[in-house]
Amino acid sequence: MSEIVVVDATKAYGDVAVLGGVSLAVPAGGTVGLVGRSGCGKSTLLRLIAGLETPDGGRVAVAGAEDERGRLERCALMPQADLLMPWRDALGNASVPLENAGVPRGEARSRAAGLFAELGLAGFERARSWELSGGMRQRVAFARTLLAEKPVLLLDEPFGALDAITRAEMQEWLAGAMRALPRTTVLVTHDIDEALRLCDRVVVLTARPGSVACELDGGGSADRARERAVETLR
Amino acid sequence: MSRPRIGWAVALVAILAAWQAWVRLRSVPDYLLPAPTDIAAALRDDRGRLASDGAQTAWEMLAGFAAAVAFGLVSAAALHFSATLRRAVYPLLVASQSVPVVAVAPVLVIYLGFGLAPKIAIVALVCFFPVTVNALDGLRSVDPEYLRVMRTLRASRLATFRRVELPWALPAVFSGARVAASYAAVAALFAEYAGGSAGLGETMQTATAQLDAPLVGAAVVVLAALALALFAAVSALERLAIPWARRAA
Repeated sequence: MSEIVVVDATKAYGDVAVLGGVSLAVPAGGTVGLVGRSGCGKSTLLRLIAGLETPDGGRVAVAGAEDERGRLERCALMPQADLLMPWRDALGNASVPLENAGVPRGEARSRAAGLFAELGLAGFERARSWELSGGMRQRVAFARTLLAEKPVLLLDEPFGALDAITRAEMQEWLAGAMRALPRTTVLVTHDIDEALRLCDRVVVLTARPGSVACELDGGGSADRARERAVETLR
Repeated sequence: MSRPRIGWAVALVAILAAWQAWVRLRSVPDYLLPAPTDIAAALRDDRGRLASDGAQTAWEMLAGFAAAVAFGLVSAAALHFSATLRRAVYPLLVASQSVPVVAVAPVLVIYLGFGLAPKIAIVALVCFFPVTVNALDGLRSVDPEYLRVMRTLRASRLATFRRVELPWALPAVFSGARVAASYAAVAALFAEYAGGSAGLGETMQTATAQLDAPLVGAAVVVLAALALALFAAVSALERLAIPWARRAA
Protein backbone atom coordinates (compact mmCIF):
# COMPACT_ATOMS: atom_id res chain seq x y z
CA MET A 1 0.00 0.00 0.00
CA SER A 2 1.20 3.48 -0.75
CA GLU A 3 2.15 5.48 2.31
CA ILE A 4 2.37 8.77 0.43
CA VAL A 5 -0.19 9.55 -2.24
CA VAL A 6 -0.14 12.77 -4.24
CA VAL A 7 -2.86 13.21 -6.84
CA ASP A 8 -2.81 16.10 -9.27
CA ALA A 9 -1.48 18.55 -6.68
CA THR A 10 -1.16 22.19 -7.70
CA LYS A 11 0.34 25.10 -5.83
CA ALA A 12 0.89 28.72 -6.75
CA TYR A 13 2.47 31.62 -4.87
CA GLY A 14 0.68 34.74 -6.05
CA ASP A 15 0.79 34.66 -9.83
CA VAL A 16 3.58 32.10 -10.00
CA ALA A 17 2.35 28.55 -10.55
CA VAL A 18 4.97 26.36 -8.89
CA LEU A 19 3.34 22.95 -9.16
CA GLY A 20 1.11 22.18 -12.11
CA GLY A 21 -0.59 18.93 -11.21
CA VAL A 22 1.84 16.43 -9.74
CA SER A 23 0.89 12.84 -9.00
CA LEU A 24 3.09 10.30 -7.31
CA ALA A 25 2.90 7.41 -4.89
CA VAL A 26 5.49 6.11 -2.46
CA PRO A 27 5.00 2.63 -1.01
CA ALA A 28 5.55 2.10 2.71
CA GLY A 29 9.27 1.59 3.25
CA GLY A 30 10.04 2.75 -0.26
CA THR A 31 12.53 5.38 -1.32
CA VAL A 32 11.64 7.85 -4.02
CA GLY A 33 13.93 10.48 -5.46
CA LEU A 34 12.55 13.76 -6.78
CA VAL A 35 14.74 15.23 -9.48
CA GLY A 36 14.34 18.45 -11.40
CA ARG A 37 15.84 21.82 -12.20
CA SER A 38 16.09 24.48 -9.50
CA GLY A 39 12.76 26.20 -9.04
CA CYS A 40 10.64 23.35 -10.43
CA GLY A 41 8.78 23.00 -7.16
CA LYS A 42 10.62 20.09 -5.56
CA SER A 43 10.86 21.75 -2.17
CA THR A 44 7.28 22.95 -2.41
CA LEU A 45 6.10 19.41 -3.06
CA LEU A 46 8.07 18.27 -0.02
CA ARG A 47 6.47 20.96 2.15
CA LEU A 48 3.03 19.89 0.89
CA ILE A 49 3.69 16.29 1.82
CA ALA A 50 5.10 17.37 5.19
CA GLY A 51 1.89 19.17 6.07
CA LEU A 52 3.61 22.55 6.28
CA GLU A 53 1.47 23.82 3.41
CA THR A 54 -1.82 22.94 1.73
CA PRO A 55 -2.18 22.31 -2.01
CA ASP A 56 -4.38 24.71 -4.00
CA GLY A 57 -5.83 21.78 -5.89
CA GLY A 58 -5.58 18.00 -5.88
CA ARG A 59 -4.92 15.70 -2.93
CA VAL A 60 -1.99 14.94 -0.70
CA ALA A 61 -2.28 12.09 1.77
CA VAL A 62 0.21 10.47 4.13
CA ALA A 63 -0.91 7.14 5.53
CA GLY A 64 -4.44 8.14 4.69
CA ALA A 65 -4.27 11.50 6.47
CA GLU A 66 -5.12 14.44 4.24
CA ASP A 67 -5.26 17.26 6.80
CA GLU A 68 -2.14 19.30 7.57
CA ARG A 69 -2.03 18.14 11.15
CA GLY A 70 -2.25 14.48 10.22
CA ARG A 71 0.54 14.83 7.67
CA LEU A 72 2.70 16.79 10.12
CA GLU A 73 2.32 14.00 12.64
CA ARG A 74 3.68 11.45 10.20
CA CYS A 75 6.50 13.33 8.45
CA ALA A 76 9.90 14.62 9.48
CA LEU A 77 11.60 17.16 7.20
CA MET A 78 15.33 17.58 6.84
CA PRO A 79 15.98 20.93 5.16
CA GLN A 80 18.87 21.76 2.85
CA ALA A 81 20.52 24.07 5.36
CA ASP A 82 21.29 21.92 8.41
CA LEU A 83 19.64 24.48 10.74
CA LEU A 84 21.53 23.22 13.75
CA MET A 85 21.11 25.35 16.85
CA PRO A 86 24.41 26.90 17.91
CA TRP A 87 23.12 27.18 21.48
CA ARG A 88 23.04 23.38 21.75
CA ASP A 89 25.79 20.82 21.33
CA ALA A 90 25.55 18.11 18.67
CA LEU A 91 23.76 15.62 20.92
CA GLY A 92 21.44 18.35 22.20
CA ASN A 93 20.54 19.22 18.61
CA ALA A 94 19.74 15.64 17.73
CA SER A 95 17.61 15.17 20.84
CA VAL A 96 15.40 18.24 20.20
CA PRO A 97 12.49 16.22 18.75
CA LEU A 98 12.56 13.85 21.73
CA GLU A 99 12.48 16.78 24.13
CA ASN A 100 9.66 18.30 22.09
CA ALA A 101 7.76 15.05 22.55
CA GLY A 102 8.15 15.39 26.32
CA VAL A 103 11.07 13.03 26.94
CA PRO A 104 13.16 14.34 29.86
CA ARG A 105 16.43 15.91 28.74
CA GLY A 106 18.77 13.29 30.19
CA GLU A 107 16.84 10.39 28.70
CA ALA A 108 16.54 12.18 25.36
CA ARG A 109 20.30 12.66 25.27
CA SER A 110 21.07 9.06 26.08
CA ARG A 111 18.68 7.84 23.41
CA ALA A 112 20.25 10.18 20.89
CA ALA A 113 23.69 8.95 21.94
CA GLY A 114 22.79 5.43 20.87
CA LEU A 115 21.94 6.67 17.40
CA PHE A 116 25.12 8.77 17.28
CA ALA A 117 27.21 5.63 17.47
CA GLU A 118 25.21 4.05 14.67
CA LEU A 119 25.60 7.08 12.42
CA GLY A 120 29.35 7.43 12.88
CA LEU A 121 29.05 10.44 15.15
CA ALA A 122 30.53 8.90 18.30
CA GLY A 123 32.97 11.28 19.94
CA PHE A 124 31.22 14.38 18.60
CA GLU A 125 28.41 14.45 21.17
CA ARG A 126 29.54 17.67 22.81
CA ALA A 127 30.80 19.42 19.69
CA ARG A 128 29.19 22.72 18.77
CA SER A 129 27.91 23.28 15.27
CA TRP A 130 30.80 25.59 14.32
CA GLU A 131 33.27 22.89 15.31
CA LEU A 132 31.75 20.35 12.90
CA SER A 133 32.49 19.91 9.21
CA GLY A 134 29.68 20.29 6.69
CA GLY A 135 29.28 16.52 6.38
CA MET A 136 29.17 16.06 10.15
CA ARG A 137 26.58 18.78 10.50
CA GLN A 138 24.37 17.01 7.96
CA ARG A 139 24.74 13.76 9.90
CA VAL A 140 23.61 15.47 13.08
CA ALA A 141 20.68 17.01 11.20
CA PHE A 142 19.84 13.55 9.85
CA ALA A 143 20.00 12.07 13.34
CA ARG A 144 17.64 14.81 14.52
CA THR A 145 15.23 14.00 11.69
CA LEU A 146 15.29 10.29 12.56
CA LEU A 147 14.70 11.01 16.24
CA ALA A 148 11.43 12.71 15.39
CA GLU A 149 10.42 9.03 15.11
CA LYS A 150 8.09 9.58 12.19
CA PRO A 151 7.32 6.91 9.59
CA VAL A 152 8.15 9.26 6.71
CA LEU A 153 11.46 11.05 6.08
CA LEU A 154 11.51 14.01 3.70
CA LEU A 155 15.06 14.99 2.75
CA ASP A 156 15.41 18.28 0.91
CA GLU A 157 18.75 18.32 -0.93
CA PRO A 158 20.57 17.13 2.17
CA PHE A 159 23.96 17.31 0.45
CA GLY A 160 23.35 20.35 -1.74
CA ALA A 161 25.78 22.53 0.16
CA LEU A 162 28.65 20.04 0.33
CA ASP A 163 31.75 19.79 -1.84
CA ALA A 164 31.96 16.92 -4.36
CA ILE A 165 34.18 14.61 -2.32
CA THR A 166 32.25 15.03 0.92
CA ARG A 167 29.07 14.65 -1.06
CA ALA A 168 30.14 11.29 -2.46
CA GLU A 169 31.13 10.12 1.02
CA MET A 170 27.83 11.27 2.43
CA GLN A 171 25.88 9.45 -0.28
CA GLU A 172 27.64 6.22 0.70
CA TRP A 173 26.91 6.97 4.29
CA LEU A 174 23.24 7.75 3.69
CA ALA A 175 22.79 4.58 1.60
CA GLY A 176 24.13 2.62 4.58
CA ALA A 177 22.01 4.52 7.08
CA MET A 178 18.86 3.97 5.00
CA ARG A 179 19.56 0.25 4.77
CA ALA A 180 20.13 0.01 8.53
CA LEU A 181 17.16 2.19 9.52
CA PRO A 182 14.58 1.81 6.77
CA ARG A 183 11.83 4.41 6.48
CA THR A 184 9.55 5.68 3.78
CA THR A 185 11.76 8.33 2.23
CA VAL A 186 11.43 11.10 -0.31
CA LEU A 187 14.78 12.52 -1.36
CA VAL A 188 14.84 15.79 -3.25
CA THR A 189 17.94 16.48 -5.27
CA HIS A 190 19.02 18.07 -8.54
CA ASP A 191 21.65 15.37 -8.94
CA ILE A 192 20.29 12.50 -11.05
CA ASP A 193 23.15 10.16 -10.13
CA GLU A 194 22.52 10.73 -6.46
CA ALA A 195 18.83 9.95 -6.85
CA LEU A 196 19.48 6.80 -8.89
CA ARG A 197 22.10 5.56 -6.47
CA LEU A 198 20.02 6.08 -3.33
CA CYS A 199 16.42 5.47 -4.40
CA ASP A 200 14.22 2.58 -5.61
CA ARG A 201 12.35 4.93 -7.89
CA VAL A 202 13.11 8.34 -9.31
CA VAL A 203 10.50 10.87 -10.33
CA VAL A 204 11.69 13.50 -12.77
CA LEU A 205 9.84 16.81 -12.67
CA THR A 206 9.53 19.27 -15.56
CA ALA A 207 10.52 22.91 -15.26
CA ARG A 208 8.12 25.23 -13.42
CA PRO A 209 5.23 24.73 -13.08
CA GLY A 210 6.45 21.27 -12.13
CA SER A 211 4.70 18.13 -13.20
CA VAL A 212 5.94 14.57 -13.58
CA ALA A 213 8.03 14.15 -16.74
CA CYS A 214 8.87 10.49 -16.20
CA GLU A 215 9.47 7.84 -13.58
CA LEU A 216 12.55 5.64 -13.52
CA ASP A 217 13.76 2.61 -11.65
CA GLY A 218 16.77 3.32 -9.46
CA GLY A 219 19.42 0.90 -8.30
CA GLY A 220 20.51 -1.76 -10.82
CA SER A 221 19.42 -0.18 -14.04
CA ALA A 222 21.15 3.02 -13.11
CA ASP A 223 23.09 3.68 -16.28
CA ARG A 224 20.19 3.14 -18.65
CA ALA A 225 17.89 5.12 -16.41
CA ARG A 226 20.38 7.94 -16.21
CA GLU A 227 20.44 8.32 -19.97
CA ARG A 228 16.70 8.47 -20.11
CA ALA A 229 16.60 11.07 -17.34
CA VAL A 230 19.18 13.26 -19.06
CA GLU A 231 17.20 12.87 -22.28
CA THR A 232 14.01 13.96 -20.56
CA LEU A 233 15.55 17.02 -18.96
CA ARG A 234 17.16 18.19 -22.17
CA MET B 1 51.62 37.84 20.61
CA SER B 2 49.42 40.85 21.05
CA ARG B 3 50.31 43.65 23.41
CA PRO B 4 47.72 44.46 26.03
CA ARG B 5 45.64 47.37 24.84
CA ILE B 6 46.68 50.29 27.03
CA GLY B 7 46.01 53.08 24.54
CA TRP B 8 43.02 54.31 26.49
CA ALA B 9 45.05 54.48 29.73
CA VAL B 10 47.76 56.55 28.03
CA ALA B 11 45.12 58.91 26.63
CA LEU B 12 43.45 59.22 30.05
CA VAL B 13 46.72 60.07 31.78
CA ALA B 14 47.52 62.63 29.08
CA ILE B 15 44.13 64.32 29.46
CA LEU B 16 44.41 64.40 33.26
CA ALA B 17 47.95 65.83 33.05
CA ALA B 18 46.86 68.55 30.63
CA TRP B 19 43.87 69.37 32.82
CA GLN B 20 46.05 69.54 35.94
CA ALA B 21 48.60 71.76 34.17
CA TRP B 22 45.90 74.12 32.84
CA VAL B 23 44.32 74.60 36.29
CA ARG B 24 47.64 75.09 38.07
CA LEU B 25 49.36 77.30 35.49
CA ARG B 26 46.33 79.57 34.98
CA SER B 27 45.50 79.49 38.71
CA VAL B 28 41.86 78.62 37.98
CA PRO B 29 39.91 78.75 41.28
CA ASP B 30 38.70 75.30 42.33
CA TYR B 31 35.01 76.33 42.51
CA LEU B 32 35.19 76.96 38.75
CA LEU B 33 37.26 74.00 37.70
CA PRO B 34 38.86 71.73 40.26
CA ALA B 35 42.15 70.07 39.34
CA PRO B 36 42.18 66.26 39.17
CA THR B 37 44.19 66.27 42.39
CA ASP B 38 41.45 68.34 44.10
CA ILE B 39 38.88 65.77 43.03
CA ALA B 40 41.15 63.01 44.26
CA ALA B 41 41.43 64.79 47.60
CA ALA B 42 37.63 65.10 47.79
CA LEU B 43 37.30 61.40 46.97
CA ARG B 44 39.61 60.64 49.90
CA ASP B 45 38.22 63.16 52.42
CA ASP B 46 34.56 62.47 51.73
CA ARG B 47 34.90 58.72 51.16
CA GLY B 48 32.41 57.83 53.88
CA ARG B 49 29.68 60.01 52.44
CA LEU B 50 30.48 59.05 48.85
CA ALA B 51 30.45 55.36 49.74
CA SER B 52 27.01 55.48 51.36
CA ASP B 53 25.62 57.73 48.61
CA GLY B 54 27.19 55.50 45.99
CA ALA B 55 25.66 52.43 47.59
CA GLN B 56 22.25 54.10 47.56
CA THR B 57 22.56 55.07 43.88
CA ALA B 58 23.98 51.67 42.96
CA TRP B 59 21.01 49.98 44.59
CA GLU B 60 18.56 52.19 42.67
CA MET B 61 20.36 51.43 39.40
CA LEU B 62 20.52 47.72 40.01
CA ALA B 63 16.95 47.26 41.22
CA GLY B 64 15.54 49.47 38.47
CA PHE B 65 17.61 47.75 35.81
CA ALA B 66 16.65 44.28 37.02
CA ALA B 67 12.97 45.22 37.10
CA ALA B 68 13.25 46.65 33.58
CA VAL B 69 14.85 43.47 32.24
CA ALA B 70 12.23 41.27 33.90
CA PHE B 71 9.26 43.37 32.76
CA GLY B 72 10.86 43.95 29.37
CA LEU B 73 11.25 40.23 28.70
CA VAL B 74 7.73 39.41 29.81
CA SER B 75 6.27 42.28 27.74
CA ALA B 76 8.29 41.31 24.68
CA ALA B 77 7.09 37.71 24.96
CA ALA B 78 3.48 38.84 25.35
CA LEU B 79 3.76 41.19 22.36
CA HIS B 80 5.40 38.40 20.39
CA PHE B 81 2.64 35.91 21.09
CA SER B 82 -0.30 38.22 20.48
CA ALA B 83 -0.58 40.12 17.21
CA THR B 84 -3.59 41.98 18.61
CA LEU B 85 -1.63 43.15 21.62
CA ARG B 86 1.26 44.12 19.37
CA ARG B 87 -0.93 46.26 17.14
CA ALA B 88 -2.59 47.88 20.13
CA VAL B 89 0.35 48.46 22.45
CA TYR B 90 3.50 48.72 20.37
CA PRO B 91 2.76 52.15 18.82
CA LEU B 92 1.93 53.48 22.28
CA LEU B 93 5.16 52.05 23.62
CA VAL B 94 7.15 53.85 20.95
CA ALA B 95 5.17 57.06 21.49
CA SER B 96 5.77 56.87 25.23
CA GLN B 97 9.45 57.40 24.55
CA SER B 98 8.78 60.97 23.47
CA VAL B 99 7.69 61.84 27.02
CA PRO B 100 10.86 63.03 28.75
CA VAL B 101 11.76 61.36 32.03
CA VAL B 102 12.38 64.82 33.48
CA ALA B 103 8.65 65.44 33.11
CA VAL B 104 7.54 62.10 34.50
CA ALA B 105 9.92 62.01 37.47
CA PRO B 106 8.17 64.63 39.65
CA VAL B 107 4.81 62.95 39.03
CA LEU B 108 6.20 59.63 40.22
CA VAL B 109 7.60 61.33 43.31
CA ILE B 110 4.12 62.65 44.07
CA TYR B 111 2.61 59.17 43.65
CA LEU B 112 5.31 57.10 45.29
CA GLY B 113 6.79 59.47 47.88
CA PHE B 114 10.40 60.40 48.51
CA GLY B 115 11.67 56.93 49.33
CA LEU B 116 13.41 54.37 47.20
CA ALA B 117 10.31 53.34 45.21
CA PRO B 118 10.08 56.32 42.80
CA LYS B 119 13.82 56.11 42.04
CA ILE B 120 13.63 52.44 41.15
CA ALA B 121 10.49 53.11 39.12
CA ILE B 122 12.18 55.89 37.15
CA VAL B 123 15.28 53.83 36.41
CA ALA B 124 13.04 50.92 35.37
CA LEU B 125 10.97 53.20 33.16
CA VAL B 126 14.05 54.44 31.32
CA CYS B 127 15.64 50.98 30.97
CA PHE B 128 12.44 49.20 30.01
CA PHE B 129 12.23 50.47 26.44
CA PRO B 130 15.56 49.32 24.99
CA VAL B 131 15.17 45.89 26.61
CA THR B 132 11.63 45.38 25.33
CA VAL B 133 12.21 46.63 21.81
CA ASN B 134 15.40 44.66 21.32
CA ALA B 135 13.91 41.49 22.80
CA LEU B 136 10.85 41.78 20.57
CA ASP B 137 13.00 42.39 17.50
CA GLY B 138 15.06 39.34 18.41
CA LEU B 139 11.99 37.15 18.84
CA ARG B 140 10.53 38.32 15.56
CA SER B 141 13.74 37.87 13.56
CA VAL B 142 13.90 34.07 13.88
CA ASP B 143 14.68 32.40 10.55
CA PRO B 144 11.29 30.98 9.42
CA GLU B 145 13.06 27.80 8.23
CA TYR B 146 13.77 27.01 11.89
CA LEU B 147 10.09 27.42 12.74
CA ARG B 148 9.09 25.11 9.88
CA VAL B 149 11.56 22.44 10.90
CA MET B 150 10.45 22.63 14.51
CA ARG B 151 6.86 22.01 13.40
CA THR B 152 7.91 18.73 11.78
CA LEU B 153 9.93 17.84 14.90
CA ARG B 154 6.91 17.50 17.17
CA ALA B 155 7.28 20.96 18.68
CA SER B 156 4.36 22.67 20.38
CA ARG B 157 4.15 26.47 20.22
CA LEU B 158 5.70 26.66 23.69
CA ALA B 159 8.50 24.21 22.82
CA THR B 160 9.37 26.31 19.78
CA PHE B 161 9.47 29.40 21.96
CA ARG B 162 11.68 27.75 24.56
CA ARG B 163 14.07 25.90 22.27
CA VAL B 164 14.34 28.23 19.28
CA GLU B 165 12.82 31.69 19.63
CA LEU B 166 14.10 32.53 23.10
CA PRO B 167 17.72 31.43 22.56
CA TRP B 168 17.66 33.04 19.12
CA ALA B 169 16.59 36.35 20.72
CA LEU B 170 19.16 36.29 23.54
CA PRO B 171 21.91 38.20 21.69
CA ALA B 172 19.38 40.95 20.93
CA VAL B 173 18.17 40.88 24.54
CA PHE B 174 21.73 41.40 25.72
CA SER B 175 22.36 44.31 23.38
CA GLY B 176 19.18 45.88 24.69
CA ALA B 177 20.33 45.22 28.24
CA ARG B 178 23.70 46.84 27.54
CA VAL B 179 22.00 49.99 26.26
CA ALA B 180 19.69 49.94 29.29
CA ALA B 181 22.68 49.52 31.62
CA SER B 182 24.28 52.61 30.18
CA TYR B 183 21.06 54.60 30.81
CA ALA B 184 20.66 53.40 34.41
CA ALA B 185 23.14 55.80 36.03
CA VAL B 186 21.71 58.91 34.39
CA ALA B 187 18.19 57.76 35.21
CA ALA B 188 19.08 57.25 38.88
CA LEU B 189 20.63 60.73 38.96
CA PHE B 190 17.46 62.26 37.52
CA ALA B 191 15.36 60.41 40.03
CA GLU B 192 17.41 61.78 42.92
CA TYR B 193 17.26 65.32 41.51
CA ALA B 194 13.49 65.02 41.36
CA GLY B 195 13.18 64.37 45.04
CA GLY B 196 15.91 62.64 46.94
CA SER B 197 17.25 62.65 50.45
CA ALA B 198 20.25 60.46 49.69
CA GLY B 199 22.36 59.26 46.81
CA LEU B 200 24.98 60.76 44.52
CA GLY B 201 22.44 63.03 42.82
CA GLU B 202 21.47 64.58 46.11
CA THR B 203 25.14 65.06 47.06
CA MET B 204 25.84 66.71 43.72
CA GLN B 205 22.94 69.11 44.22
CA THR B 206 24.03 70.15 47.71
CA ALA B 207 27.68 70.36 46.71
CA THR B 208 26.80 72.51 43.70
CA ALA B 209 24.80 74.87 45.92
CA GLN B 210 27.85 75.20 48.17
CA LEU B 211 30.18 75.71 45.18
CA ASP B 212 32.06 72.60 46.32
CA ALA B 213 33.18 71.67 42.78
CA PRO B 214 35.74 69.05 43.91
CA LEU B 215 33.00 67.11 45.71
CA VAL B 216 30.76 67.36 42.61
CA GLY B 217 33.64 66.01 40.56
CA ALA B 218 34.21 63.21 43.05
CA ALA B 219 30.51 62.25 42.88
CA VAL B 220 30.73 62.22 39.08
CA VAL B 221 33.73 59.88 39.29
CA VAL B 222 31.83 57.48 41.56
CA LEU B 223 28.76 57.61 39.31
CA ALA B 224 30.85 56.92 36.21
CA ALA B 225 32.47 53.99 38.00
CA LEU B 226 29.03 52.59 38.85
CA ALA B 227 27.83 52.99 35.26
CA LEU B 228 30.93 51.27 33.91
CA ALA B 229 30.62 48.48 36.48
CA LEU B 230 27.01 47.74 35.51
CA PHE B 231 27.85 47.80 31.82
CA ALA B 232 30.86 45.50 32.37
CA ALA B 233 28.76 43.14 34.49
CA VAL B 234 26.14 42.82 31.75
CA SER B 235 28.84 42.23 29.14
CA ALA B 236 30.49 39.59 31.31
CA LEU B 237 27.15 37.87 31.90
CA GLU B 238 26.57 37.90 28.15
CA ARG B 239 29.89 36.15 27.48
CA LEU B 240 29.03 33.55 30.12
CA ALA B 241 25.42 33.01 29.11
CA ILE B 242 25.70 32.91 25.32
CA PRO B 243 29.27 31.98 24.38
CA TRP B 244 27.92 30.57 21.12
CA ALA B 245 26.70 33.94 19.88
CA ARG B 246 30.19 35.15 18.99
CA ARG B 247 31.20 31.88 17.40
CA ALA B 248 28.14 31.08 15.34
CA ALA B 249 27.88 34.47 13.64
